[in-house]
Amino acid sequence: MTRDEAFLQFLLRMGDNSLILGHRVSEWCGHAPVLEEDIALANTALDLIGQTQMWLGFAGEIDGGKSADDLAFLRDAWDFRNVLLVEVPNGDFGRTLMRQFLFDAWHSIMLGRLMKSSDERVAAIAAKASKEVTYHLERSGDTVVGLGDGTEESHARMQDALNYLWPYVGEMFASDDVDAEIAKAGIAPNPADLRAEYDELIGRVLTEATLIIPESRFAHKGGRDGWMHTEHLGHLLTQMQWLQRAYPGATW
Amino acid sequence: MYAQMVKSAGTGVKSREEMTEQERAFQDKIDADIKIEPKDWMPDDYRATLIRQIGQHAHSEIVGQLPEGNWITRAPTLERKAILLAKVQDEAGHGLYLYCAAETLGVSRDEITEMLLDGRMKYSSIFNYPTLNWADIGAVGWLVDGAAIMNQVPLQRTSFGPYSRAMIRICKEESFHQRQGYDAIRKMAEGTPEQRKMAQDAMNRLWYPSLMMFGPSDKESVHSAQSMAWKIKINTNDELRQKFVDQTVPQAEYLGLSIPDPDLKWNEERGHYDYTDPDWSEFFDVIKGNGPCNVDRLAARNKAWDDGGWVRDGLLAHARKKRTRNLAAE
Repeated sequence: MTRDEAFLQFLLRMGDNSLILGHRVSEWCGHAPVLEEDIALANTALDLIGQTQMWLGFAGEIDGGKSADDLAFLRDAWDFRNVLLVEVPNGDFGRTLMRQFLFDAWHSIMLGRLMKSSDERVAAIAAKASKEVTYHLERSGDTVVGLGDGTEESHARMQDALNYLWPYVGEMFASDDVDAEIAKAGIAPNPADLRAEYDELIGRVLTEATLIIPESRFAHKGGRDGWMHTEHLGHLLTQMQWLQRAYPGATW
Repeated sequence: MYAQMVKSAGTGVKSREEMTEQERAFQDKIDADIKIEPKDWMPDDYRATLIRQIGQHAHSEIVGQLPEGNWITRAPTLERKAILLAKVQDEAGHGLYLYCAAETLGVSRDEITEMLLDGRMKYSSIFNYPTLNWADIGAVGWLVDGAAIMNQVPLQRTSFGPYSRAMIRICKEESFHQRQGYDAIRKMAEGTPEQRKMAQDAMNRLWYPSLMMFGPSDKESVHSAQSMAWKIKINTNDELRQKFVDQTVPQAEYLGLSIPDPDLKWNEERGHYDYTDPDWSEFFDVIKGNGPCNVDRLAARNKAWDDGGWVRDGLLAHARKKRTRNLAAE
């Protein structure tokens, strides 16, 4: 694998995570439990779509001059490189916020390292995204604590959400040849190296939320290398890509 | 504004002789353009009418998220998706300012929300129409927000201070939305034949519902006089509708979209366009709950509220626990 091939995969992983999670969060529009949450969810989705434009814009330049929209709307599921965690359906509000928290914690640590990337543009994108994600983490963390340590029902729902999502956490720390190549070039850390900091961070918040982290370290994989996505991704793309697919060549 | 047919409380405009001394002093303040603030004395009917009007406006912002949210997941580019998300976020924010303004009149957000959910309070008839193709999103920005702005700009001068201040903020964002909406539909009107068809289809369906946003014609508008005397309403429905038509026709011509009104023409003598009124029987049907989407919109809001009950209870319980723990630590 050449450095450029690995670099493209890395950028797609970052961009597809933001794109798919941003899309999922945007599905909440108008249906949140309180108005403040409608605003916060739209805001989070908006930030993630903005980050997608930067990551996929960069990826497209390396990938033969494609646009971010070409990559978002004209690839099929097997070309997506997001972790499975971000494509699982929203479920109830508890699962949505738990997924957000588990991702935000990884995202904030990752972006913190990327700000020191040997690639200036990666560092600049990370610096901008990091400000937004710091806020996302604060909000999702507070909500997880509030609901975990709320009523009996909210506690039970948050524990269910954590149990359901936990097997999707490990993939964020998987490492392969792409990661090795990128780490060697000083562009990004090896994801496996972020795990200790992650466990410490989520451990603190989930303890405050009175939630128990499942013991199993089993991890579903197949998103970040495109080997085997969930059945859910195809449906998401069917909706997201519909206009571009139905009216090829039109500009919007 | 998204308030239509707000029923004025009370029995109609009182003459100065019929007013009590307190009512006269109140009316004098309004006539002198002095703002009424929440702690000032106000007639009960003024308070009740304002709660209805502000509440209806707030509910419209909230229900209005649904037809737009219908396209967020299908927006054709990342930029369009971002613009739409930002717009919907602004609208939820408008709902929030307006609920706060209503709270200063002594009605809590939960109370007023429940009145929406059980049908005691209304929202604008426009949101009972569906958004069926992507050009509808442009048309909603251009026509619906355009009509809303027409109503809201004068309301920046309304007599109730918190409402007037909320309107000033809201108007800034709405005019931005309208420009974005026009840009989105312009792109469609200048696009492929299929895109043009979408734009024209949106225009055909949304033109009359947009005209309905101003409420029934002045002849039938029974609630206007008192609201105008109180400066809760600044212009009549027909004045604003005419202004909207006059502004919109040249824009539609520029886009090459035809307005579905064969009798629409410039009247040199009046200096305005002559136009056909919407079918008011359809309007009253929609207001009564028989619009294409009334049932689904209200069901969606009720579901969001019911499904979110455990979240609101959970967060409240946590806040209480935290307060107790903090007190114990002191």
